[in-house]
Amino acid sequence: MSLLSNTTVLLGKELRTEFRSRELLTTTVVFILVVLILFSFAISPTTEESREFGPGLLWLAILFAASLMLQPCFLREQNNDTLSSLRLAVSDPFSIFLAKLAANTLFLMVTELIMLPFFAVFYNVPVLPEFSWLIVVLFLGSLGISIAGTALSAISAQARMRELLLPLLLLPLLTPVLVVSATVTVSLFDREPIVKGKGIAFLAVFDVVFLTVLWLFGEYLLEE
Amino acid sequence: MTSFTIPPTGLRFENIDKRYGGLYALRRVSFEIASGECAVLAGRNGSGKTTLLRIAGQIVRPTHGKLSFPGHTAGSDGNPRPGYVGHSTMVYDELSAEENLLLFAKLQKVESPAERAENLLREVGLFERRTSLVRTFSRGMRQRVAIARALIHRPSVLLLDEPATGLDPLGITWLANSLRELNRAGCTVVMSLHGESEISALATRAVRLDVGSVVADTKTGTSLREILTFGSA
Repeated sequence: MSLLSNTTVLLGKELRTEFRSRELLTTTVVFILVVLILFSFAISPTTEESREFGPGLLWLAILFAASLMLQPCFLREQNNDTLSSLRLAVSDPFSIFLAKLAANTLFLMVTELIMLPFFAVFYNVPVLPEFSWLIVVLFLGSLGISIAGTALSAISAQARMRELLLPLLLLPLLTPVLVVSATVTVSLFDREPIVKGKGIAFLAVFDVVFLTVLWLFGEYLLEE
Repeated sequence: MTSFTIPPTGLRFENIDKRYGGLYALRRVSFEIASGECAVLAGRNGSGKTTLLRIAGQIVRPTHGKLSFPGHTAGSDGNPRPGYVGHSTMVYDELSAEENLLLFAKLQKVESPAERAENLLREVGLFERRTSLVRTFSRGMRQRVAIARALIHRPSVLLLDEPATGLDPLGITWLANSLRELNRAGCTVVMSLHGESEISALATRAVRLDVGSVVADTKTGTSLREILTFGSA
C-alpha cells in the first residue's frame, strides 16, 4: 500500500514538474518528427519499402527520442540533491523508480501518439487496421525502454562521463527489444496483418524480468 | 511548535569508517549522542562533518562500522527517519513552497498534510509566498523551505549541516528559537557549525573532527568553547 501511494504521489510530482517546464516533451516530439521526416526525404521509400523498413526507422527514432528523454531523469534530481530527500522520505526506494519509469513510459507514449499520424502520412503506411495491437506493441516496447533506461539513468547520473554513458549502455541492452518490436510492427503493417503473439510475449517477459531486477537491486543504484 | 512530544531517540556511531576510493573521509569514529541532546560537530573544511551527518541521515552507507538509534521504538521499518538539512536545499525549484512541503508530507504519511504544511509555512515566514515557485526565492528563503521540509514529519532526530547558510540575522534568530523549542520537545539535534553564534549557544555537547577522526569531545573534558572556537582568530 505504501509503495503504491508513494508511487502515485511521486508520479504526480514528475508530471507536474514536466508539464510546468515542458522540457522533455517539447524536445523529444520535435526531435522524433525531425528524424522521421529526414529519413523519409533521404530514402523516399515506395509503399512496399515503407511497410518493410518503416517500422525499423520508427523504432530507431523512438530509441533516439528515449535516450534524449531518459538522460535528465535522474540528473534533474542532482541539482538540489533532491534524490537524497526522496530517499529519506520514502519507505521503499523502488517507488522512486516506479514513478520515474511510469512517467517516462507515459511521455514516450504521448510522443509516439503525436508522431504516428506523421509517420502514416510520410511513409504512406496504414496504421489503423491493427491500431489496437500497434498500441500494445508500442506500449510494451516503450515500457521496456523506460525500465532499462530509468535504471541506467540512475547509474549514469553518478558517473563522470554521464552524457556518453547512458546511450553507450542503453543501445546494447535494448537491442533485443528493438529487434522484436520492429519485427512485430512489420507484421502489423503487412498487406494482410498478422499479430505475432510470440513477439508480444517476448516483450512482456522482457519487461517483467527487467522490472523484477530493478525491484531487487534498484536500491543499490540510488546509493552514492 | 512545542505542542507535541517527540519519542526519545539518540545516535550511536560505532567504529565508523567511510572510504571514497583510497581516501578515508572518516576513520574509526565512535561516540554516542544521548536523546534530547543538542550536539555540534566542529572542525575544519574536509574534516568529515558532512560525511558523518550524511551517514547519520542514512543517505550514505558507511564502509565499515555501525550506526544505531538507541531508544527508538516507534515505527515498523526499523530506523527512524531523521530530518536532514544539507548544503543543498533538497527541494524542487519547479514546485512551489507549499507543493514541496505537501509532497514530502504525503510521502512520509504526515497526518493532515495540508494543515501541517500551512503551519510550517507560517512559522518560516513564507505563508504569503506559499504559491510561488521555489526557483523565484532568494537563498535565505530557499533555506527556510529546506528547514521546513526537514521538520515536516516531526523528526525525533534533526541533522543540520551548516544550517545558517544564507539566512539573515532575523532568520538566524528564528532558526535558533525553533531549534531550542524542538530540542525542549525532546528532539535530538546534531549540527555542523563554524565558530560561535546564536545557534551554537544552544549546544549541550560538542565534538571536533579532524581528518576524519574525533579529536576532541566535551564528554572527555574539553570545554564547549574551546571546541567551537578552535582555529578561529
